[in-house]
Amino acid sequence: MLRYLFKRFLLILPTIFVPLILVFLLLRLSPGDPAGMMLGDQATPEQIAALRTQLGLDQPVWMQFVLWLKGILTLDLGNSIFFREPVMQIIPRYATVTILLTAVALVLAVVIGVTLGLVSAMNRNKPIDRGVVTTAVLGISLPEFWFALLLIFVFAVTLRWFPVAGYNPPDAGIIAFGATIFLPALALGVRQSALMTRMMRSSMLDVLNEPYITTARAQGLPETTVLGRYAMRTAAMPVVTVAGLSAGYMLGGAVAIEIIFALPGLGRMLVEAVGRRDYPLVEGGVLTISLVLAVLNLLIDLIYAILDPRIRYQ
Amino acid sequence: MSAHSAPMPAEIAVPPAQRRTVLEVENLSLSFRNADGLLPIVTDVSFSIRQGEAVALVGESGCGKSITASAIMGIAPENAVIGGRIVLNGQEISALGPKERRRLCGRHMGFIFQEPMTALHPTLSIGRQMTDTLKHNLGLSQSAATQRAAELLDRVGIPRARDILKGYVHELSGGMRQRVMIALAISCGPSLVIADEPTTALDVTIQAQVLDLLEDMRRELDLAMLFITHDLEVVGDFCDRAVVMYAGDVVERGESADITRRPSHPYARGLIDAVPAHDDGRTRLTPILGTVPPVGQWPEGCRFAPRCGRADEKCRTRPHLETLSHTDVRCWHPLEAGA
Repeated sequence: MLRYLFKRFLLILPTIFVPLILVFLLLRLSPGDPAGMMLGDQATPEQIAALRTQLGLDQPVWMQFVLWLKGILTLDLGNSIFFREPVMQIIPRYATVTILLTAVALVLAVVIGVTLGLVSAMNRNKPIDRGVVTTAVLGISLPEFWFALLLIFVFAVTLRWFPVAGYNPPDAGIIAFGATIFLPALALGVRQSALMTRMMRSSMLDVLNEPYITTARAQGLPETTVLGRYAMRTAAMPVVTVAGLSAGYMLGGAVAIEIIFALPGLGRMLVEAVGRRDYPLVEGGVLTISLVLAVLNLLIDLIYAILDPRIRYQ
Repeated sequence: MSAHSAPMPAEIAVPPAQRRTVLEVENLSLSFRNADGLLPIVTDVSFSIRQGEAVALVGESGCGKSITASAIMGIAPENAVIGGRIVLNGQEISALGPKERRRLCGRHMGFIFQEPMTALHPTLSIGRQMTDTLKHNLGLSQSAATQRAAELLDRVGIPRARDILKGYVHELSGGMRQRVMIALAISCGPSLVIADEPTTALDVTIQAQVLDLLEDMRRELDLAMLFITHDLEVVGDFCDRAVVMYAGDVVERGESADITRRPSHPYARGLIDAVPAHDDGRTRLTPILGTVPPVGQWPEGCRFAPRCGRADEKCRTRPHLETLSHTDVRCWHPLEAGA
């Protein structure tokens, strides 16, 4: 088991570094000079040159990369060009929001998806099944931003159950936090829950045809045990895969939702930082997302290993 | 439950004269309900099994053997419509609801499947699968169930039982898997065990071992055993009586020695002639021409007539199962005994 996890850990290192190198190069190769942008239209070439030296931008690209790698290893990602504050202090503020948003969205997606998928599979070809399948297709087809606006219109503007936008951190109390996170999380999670519904349904229907389910029934085990333990154990595997992919997608794709709901998240921070040519902050943001994704993948692998003993020995 | 309480697997030798009837199947029929109405799969199956007796259900693939077994177990597909009577230990179980039927599974009836690799759960440990059953059916504690599971594995000839309990089905060989399956089937002391082609998926060398084990279990536990097979050698060596099925019907029924040595139904004869024999000097096998007609396309009258060398005009009407000198036969032109 430990050996398996160690091997998995080694495999995620490229997941972290490849996107970093790409982002580093892309930023340097794109037009626009951060020193010039920061000093504004009135700056003299001398002032710009001085700032470039200060930021290390006059060094060759490979030298900048080496210095930056050294920074990562010493946990020093430099200062944000725009905020003039260490990147290591800025990132956690924004990352917390995005990670919480994704986590709540994922929980909602899994709960909704697994429940509907099971109900659907248990009532195969009955009206309730057809209803769920149709709703799921609809859910997959709707873009998140549209669903976000719909939620705001219904629950925030018309019913006034939730605030229209804004963010309260968890320190402000669970209810205050929940009120600001629920609608964004639902908007973000609804497509994923539709995907999971379909996955859960088809995987459950497959598993119910397996001979070992007939065995469990022939042994006299009650249907709740047969479904809840014998069928779910194997049927959950594809859903775990989808949940992992969904979480990754939501982490990176929360931008639109963060902007619509005015959440101070990583996605919004990144979009703004790219616009400002704030190299250190962009790199820090991408590094953070890569790291979270890598940890997430490791978690999924761990869940696989727990669910399926055959994987541990491979 | 019924007056009969589940006997714990212990060596209780009951003299043959006192052997009671464990299973009675009377005029069992089964159809699938689909969009066009009812599709008959099994039309008229009757037989009984006494304590300590092995009865074979014989026939080619598609004759309705396995679905008959699942109807007896109460695990037939949801769209199956079942007619006739099934009586287990004096209780008419065909009249019970699904929940009561499920309660009989494991405790009173055990099932051994053809392919243990897929019939055992791939990601639950063997111990877990056995203790789940023992805890639920016998109300044992976790430790008592584990203890009992280890004893059962020991009994079916699995070495290092405690280690195997922690293992998974993919770690075992084919023969070991089927031994686990057998241990599971007998774990809660059933009086009837249904084995659906239990050796078909195994290597030839292992087949004999598994058959020996089943034979031992039957003798030791005085089990009534329904043995579904297409292997007539197994029928002759292993079973007391045999029921030959063709296209959803019982076509011949009797002592297995009579059926394997001097069958009266042309289909039973055909099955025997299609088996390679070591001693009769034949150089070629005689196959039964054609195939079992698919469900829904059964001919009127005798269903075997299109493949039968003895068929004539009379076979266009449906024959009944009638008692001849030694077996019950459904045929207008039965073979003479010994023919």
